[in-house]
Parts: sequence; structure tokens; C-alpha cells
Amino acid sequence: MTFQDILLMRHELLLSVLMLLILIIDLMLTGESRKSMIPVSLALFLGVVIIGFLPASEGSIFGGMYKTNGTTLLMKNILNIATLIVFLQSAAWLKKEENNQKLAEFFILILSTLIGMNLMISSGDFLMFYIGLETATIPLAALAAYTHHQTRSAEAGIKLILSSALSSGILLYGISMIYGTTGSVYFSEVAAKWSNEPLNIMAFIFFFSGMAFKISLVPFHLWTADVYEGAPVNVTSYLSVVSKGSAAFVLMTVLYTVFPAMVEHWQTVLYVIAVLTMTIGNLFALRQKNMKRFLAFSSIAQAGFILLGIIGASSLGMTTTIFFVLTYVFTNLAAFGVVSAISNETGKENMDDYNGLYHTNPKLSLLLMLALFSLAGIPPVAGFFGKFFLFASAASQSFYWLVFIAVVNATISLYYYLLPVKAIFINKNENPIPAFKSDVYTRTGLIIAALGTLLIGLLSISYEYVASLSYGLQ
Amino acid sequence: MDILSWFVAIPVLTVMAILFAKDLKQTRIISAVGMSAQLGLTAWLVFSYLAERAAGNAAAWLFKYDVTWFSSLNIHYTVGVDGISVAMIALTSVVIFAGVFASWRTDYLPREFFISLILLSSGVFGFFISLDLFTMFLFYEIAVIPMYLLIGIWGTGPKEYSAMKLTLMLMGGSALIMVGLLGIYFNSAPAGQQLTFNLNEIAANGIPVVAQQFFFPMLFLGFGVLGALFPFHTWSPDGHASAPTAVSMLHAGVLMKLGGYGAFRVAIYLMPEAAQDQAWIFIILTSVSVVYGAFGAVVQKDLKYINAYSSVSHCGLVLFAILMMNQTALNGAILQMISHGLMTALFFALIGMIYGRTHTRMINEMGGLMKVLPFLGVAYVIAGLASLGLPGLSGFVAEMTIFVGAYQHTDLFHRFVTIMATTSIVVTAVYILRVVGVLLFGPIRDEHHLHLTDATWWERLSTVTLITAIAAVGIFPLWLSDMINFSLRPIVERIVAAL
Repeated sequence: MTFQDILLMRHELLLSVLMLLILIIDLMLTGESRKSMIPVSLALFLGVVIIGFLPASEGSIFGGMYKTNGTTLLMKNILNIATLIVFLQSAAWLKKEENNQKLAEFFILILSTLIGMNLMISSGDFLMFYIGLETATIPLAALAAYTHHQTRSAEAGIKLILSSALSSGILLYGISMIYGTTGSVYFSEVAAKWSNEPLNIMAFIFFFSGMAFKISLVPFHLWTADVYEGAPVNVTSYLSVVSKGSAAFVLMTVLYTVFPAMVEHWQTVLYVIAVLTMTIGNLFALRQKNMKRFLAFSSIAQAGFILLGIIGASSLGMTTTIFFVLTYVFTNLAAFGVVSAISNETGKENMDDYNGLYHTNPKLSLLLMLALFSLAGIPPVAGFFGKFFLFASAASQSFYWLVFIAVVNATISLYYYLLPVKAIFINKNENPIPAFKSDVYTRTGLIIAALGTLLIGLLSISYEYVASLSYGLQ
Repeated sequence: MDILSWFVAIPVLTVMAILFAKDLKQTRIISAVGMSAQLGLTAWLVFSYLAERAAGNAAAWLFKYDVTWFSSLNIHYTVGVDGISVAMIALTSVVIFAGVFASWRTDYLPREFFISLILLSSGVFGFFISLDLFTMFLFYEIAVIPMYLLIGIWGTGPKEYSAMKLTLMLMGGSALIMVGLLGIYFNSAPAGQQLTFNLNEIAANGIPVVAQQFFFPMLFLGFGVLGALFPFHTWSPDGHASAPTAVSMLHAGVLMKLGGYGAFRVAIYLMPEAAQDQAWIFIILTSVSVVYGAFGAVVQKDLKYINAYSSVSHCGLVLFAILMMNQTALNGAILQMISHGLMTALFFALIGMIYGRTHTRMINEMGGLMKVLPFLGVAYVIAGLASLGLPGLSGFVAEMTIFVGAYQHTDLFHRFVTIMATTSIVVTAVYILRVVGVLLFGPIRDEHHLHLTDATWWERLSTVTLITAIAAVGIFPLWLSDMINFSLRPIVERIVAAL
């Protein structure tokens, strides 16, 4: 193995180096100077994000355990950008006195989950895949419990670790059955030896269930709302955007590369799960009063929509899925950014608190409206294009009834996405949230998210770029 | 930039300019200037369109412009106009122009109001110029969604309920349209060839009849919701009654026409075989709309509800005529869209002006207003006469053409529904004359009404614009119907060929 080969793992290596650097810097900073941790880490991570976009070669190392190509790079870059926005939006919260002693931990934990996700995306066999999965999951529990002096944050951490452990167990059981039936854990060999015997199907079901936990598909979604509500806002936004986006990428990659032989079977599974996820996610979101729970259930419903892209089982399916995640990253981070800015400033997280917000904070209000419209799929913002193309992917396989159910759900979702809009613009309030100006990091994060939400859809070059890197069943 | 894109660009530029306006006065001036420019551009478009035709240009679409947007999906930004869309653009420009002046006095968050209103109109213009179904759908949704804020923030009465109901029902309709459009797209070309959203290419390729049977009802219903098709019309009375004046004008005057236009241009034109098979179901529904809307208007006491139900009836007549699928009836349908658009806008404008003075819309609380508000009173009578189809005004031409067209079908079923629909004319006369009689004549019921002042200059401008347009259509219907007929002919030939 040469140095050139090692460089194929550019993303993971850079992130590891960055983690170590942050550890060392943390040792040197004491007292008041600890706060400079935030700009330093942000600057370093920005460098990593930029280097990620430099052209790279394709290839595989470790005997095919690790693969990289244009598509994996694209996915990793999307996750990098999302993480950068999350970091920017967290700065105001991290600056608080209570977090002073554990600044480095926040960055390190997030970066280590990011490494795990990158490894999952690049994995060429189930062992690497599982290592990535665990690396991506366990630090998340620590993050959810970050404000451990608060009971509900600690509770969120416990809930996340327990449900992750269960889902990992199920997933491992599935992997062991896959190994048992095909005699290999390499993706390419498993794909070649795959037959649709009952035991294979069962192996797949176990594997899929484990993944469904990660993306919080119904009926494996029950942990989501509690964890999202209990965790700090910025961790929640990381969970619902980066963690979910990466899991969607990985599920799609595995379905397309390992299980193309049973495409009809997994399409049926996805069909049923998609209908359940959209419908149940929506029905629960209807009645939420807490903004974080509200966005949690909305993100469950959105996960159901993502399955409509994956079900396309073609390069159109892959393009639309990646493109939707791209729009979802900016859109959902715009929504979470506003929620977190308000929460950091005033501690208020309920929908009623937002009444009359437009009169005091017009910019935040407009941005939140834009994000909610985008989540609901209203043109001309990105969400419309993302959703339209996702539905096109399902329609390309003639699943017109599935599309029909999805659009009915999109209409139902419009109802609850309009509720915060109503609170902000229409409802009267004697003491609305006072006008405030957030710090420069938060504003930068919000501006990036807003620009993405506005432009990703209208500028077709983003879609064409994703399309040029996508492939179908292999 | 090509000439048609300016129809979208001017409203967008106006909106951007309003963002920099400092106060109400500047907002008003910018809106008025922007929409006057739009009206001027429309006049230019109509004349140059007629000039092209007079010069013998027989192409189906004029001023075409095409840019590839999403190349891997073959989605284009394609614009072009024929006689029908020119007429609809003219209608929209007149109504939005009058609407800006009718809402001159908006004082609560005026910038936001004019921004939403003009943004909405940019969606409508975009819809009428689009030849690519994807762009058409995009503009369609842009036209629908600002309605929520417009009604929710500036409305009256149960505005939050009405706004939510209207938005959800219309977006439910657009959900059906989305499925239908995807169905059309994936059946738009023979296997192995490039799929397309282009209206003309799809029409040339033809959609398999099996697919048509599945997607025609989705598209027709989807657009029908916006056209207030029974039983999906219930958003209309609540929505119009709660909406502020200019929004009611624009919504009843133009937005509901998007439904008729879409049903005709997309559902019927692209899927004529299925339309022939399934027309009877929708003919029954539209006849119910026509008759039920008229009777609904008779029993209402609130001026806006009366006019909203009357719109259900008149827009039902549009869909009814479209389903007759012959040259005369289709021509009547387009004329009816124009005519109803103008006169219902006039009605809502006048109701808004009267309500702004009397602070009530209940007809039994008002009376004798002709004495104190002669200008508004006369204008109301003109609108009423146009609505009940008096010759010389636009309504007569449109309804006459529709019923003549419908009578060309000689079978019992069509005869029966046509006669049913014709009864609405009588019922219309009942409710119009009743309102005019109670509201304008007779004794003044509330002594506060003795001191009301008549229309201000901006109200006069708004009203006179609309009345002029109504009279123009009524007195010189031929240039309009010639323009429409020319573009209808190839469409009707295609529909007849599918028989």
C-alpha cells in the first residue's frame, strides 16, 4: 500500500487529525482563553470542508473493505457542509458559561460521529460498515446527554444508547445471517451469491430493521421524539439532519449495490414502510406544541418521503435521493437554526412563544417561514424541487398510488407547517419574544442555510451535478 | 430577455422595489407604477399579437422562448402565447391593476400586503405563459400559497379558519395535479424516447389511452378544485368572504380561472380520449355547481357570500362549457372566464368599498345607498346587469355562446343538463335584482349611512377600469372571440379526431 492509496481516505484522515489537534489545543487553553476554542475549531473545520471539495482519485483499499468514488465524495461533502452549519449555529450556545469546561468535547464527539458516517458511506463490506455505524452512533448518545445536569438531556442520552444498542443487535443478527447464507461479508461477493431463499429474505429484513432504527422509520421511530426533545437544540439538529441524511445515503448505497437481486422484494418493503412512516409521522406532528418535537415528527415524515426516492432503483432514484437530502440539509438547518437562535437567546421552545414574532424579529420570522414552506414543498424554494423529483423517482417505477398517498401526506403536512407560520404572522401576543441580534456565527450559519434553501432548487446545476455522479442498481 | 418573461419579471422587480420602500406612500406608488407598467406591457402584447396574426403568422404559439432548465429530466423553461393565453393575460393585468388601487387604503403592514399580492400575480402570469408542464405547475403553486397569508393576516371574520381551509383544499387539488403531471410525464413518449413535459410535444406524441383513463380524472379534479367544482367548492364562499378586497378580486377574478384554463389546456387537450369517456361524470358535477351555486346565492344575506356563491355558479359554467368539447362552447368558456373575471372583480371591489363605509355586509342592514353613494351604486348596477347577462355587457356574450354550444349536442343527456344549467340564468336574475333592490333603493335603514361619502379617486379609477373592460368585451366581442377561435381551432380538431 502506497501513500497515494492512503490519501483515498482523505476525509476520514483529515477529520481524525482535526480531532487530535482540537484535543491538543484544548490542553493549552485555560480560563477565559478557552472561548477561543470556538473560532479555532471552526476555522480548522472550514479548511477540512474546503479540502474535501478538491478533486480526488477513485479506488479501493484494504482489499476492497474501503471504496471511494465520486458519489461517496459527494455524500461526504454534503455531510461536511451540514456539520459546518451545525457548528456555526452552536457557537452561541457553546459560549454559555455552563459549557465552558467541555467545549472541546462537543467538537470531538461530533467529528468522531462524522468519521463513522464517512466510513459507512465508503464501506465495501459489512465489517467496515458495522464499525462505521458504531463509531457514528455511540458518541451521539454522549452528545444527547451533553447538558447532563438536566434530567431530560440525560434521559435522551440513555434512550438513544439503549435503542441504538437494540437496533445494532438486530442489524448484527441480520449480518450474521447474510454471512451464513452467502459465506462472505464483502458487498460484491454477497451481491454475486445472493439468492432469494426465505433465509436470505429474513436476513435482509433483520438488516433493514436495524437501518430503519437509524433513519427512524415507522415502526422503529419511537425513540426519536423523546431524544430530539431532550437533547440540546443543536444536537437535535445534528441528529435530524446529518445523522439521518447519512443513514439514508448508506441505506440506498447498500440496497443498490448489495441487494439488486431482490429489488422487487425490497421495493415492496419500502413501499409499505414509506406509507406507514409518512402517515404516522404526519399524524403525530399535527398535535405537537414544542418546536423540537414538532420538527422531530416532521423529520420522521420526511424520512418516509426519502424512501420514495430510494424505491426508484435506478440512477434517477439515486439522484433524487441525494438531491433531496441536499435540499433537506439546508432547509431543516434553516428551521433548526431559527429555533436554536431563539432558544439560546430566550430559552423558549414552544410554538405559543412564537406568537407575534414577526413584529419583533422579522428576519428570523421570514427565514423560518421560508424553511417551513420548503419542508412542505412549496415553490420556488428548494424543498419543492426535492420533493417533486423524489415523487418522480417513485412514479418512474409506476408506483402511482404510492405517489398519491405521498402527495396527500404532503398536503396534510402543509397544515402543521402552516401552524408556526400562523403563530408568527397572525396570532396576537401581548409580550412577544423581544427583538434581539444573534452573534456573527449564528448569522453566518443562518445565511448559508437560507441561501441554500433559496438557490439549490432554482439553480439546476446542483441537480445536474448530482445526476452526473449517480448510478443505478449494480 | 424575451418579451413574455417580463410578465413574470415586472411583478418580481416590483416586489423587490417594495422591499426598499420606506412608508405606505412609497409602497403605493411603487405598486401602482409596477402594475401600470404591467398593464402597458399587456396592451403592447395584445396589439403586437394581433399585428402578427394580421400579417399572416399562423404559428400556434407566438413569442416562443425556450431554455433548458434540468437537462437530465428534459425540463425546460418554455414560454409562448396563443389567443387564449393573451386574453387571460389581459384579464389578469386589468384585475391586478384595479386590485392595487382598490387596496389603496391598506394600513396594517402595507408593504407585506402588496408584496404578497403582487407575488401572487407573478405566479398567475407565469402560469398563463408556460408551455412546459413543470414550470406551469411551479407557477400554479406560487399563485396559490400567498393566499394563506393574505387572508390570514389581512382578512376579516373567521379568517384563520378560512385561510387554512382554502389553502389545504387548493393544495390538495394541486397534489392531484402533481400525480397527474408525473403520470403524463412518464407516458409522454414511446418507450426508449426522451420523456418530456412540453405541452406540444406531449400532444404530438399522444398519451396511451389506458394511462389517460387513470390520469384524466386526477388532473380534471385537481384543476376543478380551483375552479370550484362541486363538491370541492366549499373553500370558495368562506375564503372569499374572509379575504380582503383585492384578494377576493384577484382570487375570484383570476385564480379560479387557473382551474378552468388548466382543465382545458392540460386535462382535456392532452387526454381527449379519456375526456370523451368520462365527461358525463363531470358534466353532472358541473351542472350541480351551476344550479347549486345560483340557489346558494339566493339564500345568502352577506354580500360577499352572495358573490362567492355566484362565482361557484359562473365558474361551474366554465367547466361545464369546457366539457361540451366543441368549438362554440369552448369559445364561450374562455369568454365566460374573461367576463366573469372582470365582473366578479368589480363586484368584490364595490363590496369592499361599501363595506369600508358602512362596516356591514349584511344586505338587510343597508338600504337606499344609491342616494348617498351614487357612483358606487351605479357601478354596482352595471356589475349586476353584466352578471345576469344583459346584452351589451360581457356576460351576455359568454353565456349565450356557451348555451348555443351546449345545444349542439342533440342527445337526451346533454339536452337535459343544458336545460338544467340554463335555469341558473333566471335564478341569477333573482338574486342580483334582490340585492340591487334592497341595497341601493328603498329607504335608508341606518341613519349613520346618511353621512357616507362617495368614491375617492383611487376607487373610481379601479372601478372605471373594470367597467370599461366589461363594456369593451360586451360591445366588441368579435375581436376577442376571433382571437380565441383562431387558437381554439387546432385544439378542437384534435379533440374531435379522438372521437
